[in-house]
Amino acid sequence: MFVIIAIVLGIISLIGGVIALFHKKLVVAILAAGLVSLTASIIFLLLAAPDVAMTEAAIGSGLTTVIFLYVLNKIREKNG
Amino acid sequence: MVKNTLILLLTLGIGLIMYDVYEDFKFQESLPLLGDYYARNAASETGSANLVTAVVVTYRGFDTLGEVSILFLTASIISFMFKYKEEHATKKEYRPASELLISSTQVFTPIMLIVGIYIFANGHLSPGGGFQGGAVIASAFLLMLLANPGMHLSHKIISRVESISGIGFVLAGVAGLVYAGGFLDNTVLSKGEFGHLLSAGLIPIIYIFIGLKVGAELSNIVSTMSHLPKENN
Repeated sequence: MFVIIAIVLGIISLIGGVIALFHKKLVVAILAAGLVSLTASIIFLLLAAPDVAMTEAAIGSGLTTVIFLYVLNKIREKNG
Repeated sequence: MVKNTLILLLTLGIGLIMYDVYEDFKFQESLPLLGDYYARNAASETGSANLVTAVVVTYRGFDTLGEVSILFLTASIISFMFKYKEEHATKKEYRPASELLISSTQVFTPIMLIVGIYIFANGHLSPGGGFQGGAVIASAFLLMLLANPGMHLSHKIISRVESISGIGFVLAGVAGLVYAGGFLDNTVLSKGEFGHLLSAGLIPIIYIFIGLKVGAELSNIVSTMSHLPKENN
């Protein structure tokens, strides 16, 4: 069971990474990068590291994503 | 063409190194020497039920002080680079947030603050600690900023909280140097009863300082980034 969940999460994480690299819309790319952090935090939790999982979920998928979105908003303001 | 060949060679080289690592990998049946020492003695030496906290705050406490200073440096550099100018405050008009976001913020912000405080105050008993609790507190402030885009966190309060907790952390370390075995030794206070809230000597106090410090710094970063000044070019 654990192996199946881990493999599914790993595949989701890989897909998220590819989308983050190659998608044309930057908003989608930023959200995909947040998805990678989210799956990584679930994998940490399954590997019995709840301390690391908490940090990854709060900082990786929460704060970083929103800061990227703020900066993207700023770049659009400047260019358009 | 040359570029593609180089990329191919680099990929093959990295693949070779990784294959070598994979070949040599053996699953370890026993803990390494240092980990074995921590697993055997940390609970009795520090009185902390959470082994990770015992290592992070006492055995590797000096490294934690370094991490906290790096975070402080990052926060101050961001505030310095994106200095908020007062004259933009009146000019900039924000689109109001959606009703759903505003209502859910009113419900969730107090809960998130309490969860954050719980995480760092119980760092020596349950998973989590200063960094995690501070990040949760910063997320609560982030939600407030998203719901009221014009809001400003008071820089005076943030800087006071940040500096007082930083000084408190260092003073707790120095107290260990004077009254116990060494810098950041937690046995200045009594170890208390194992597994209770008031136990593990100085660890809860140090983690409360770290939590407040990290929360203030991350909130400051988020608040600065949400009010990025307009560039004139």
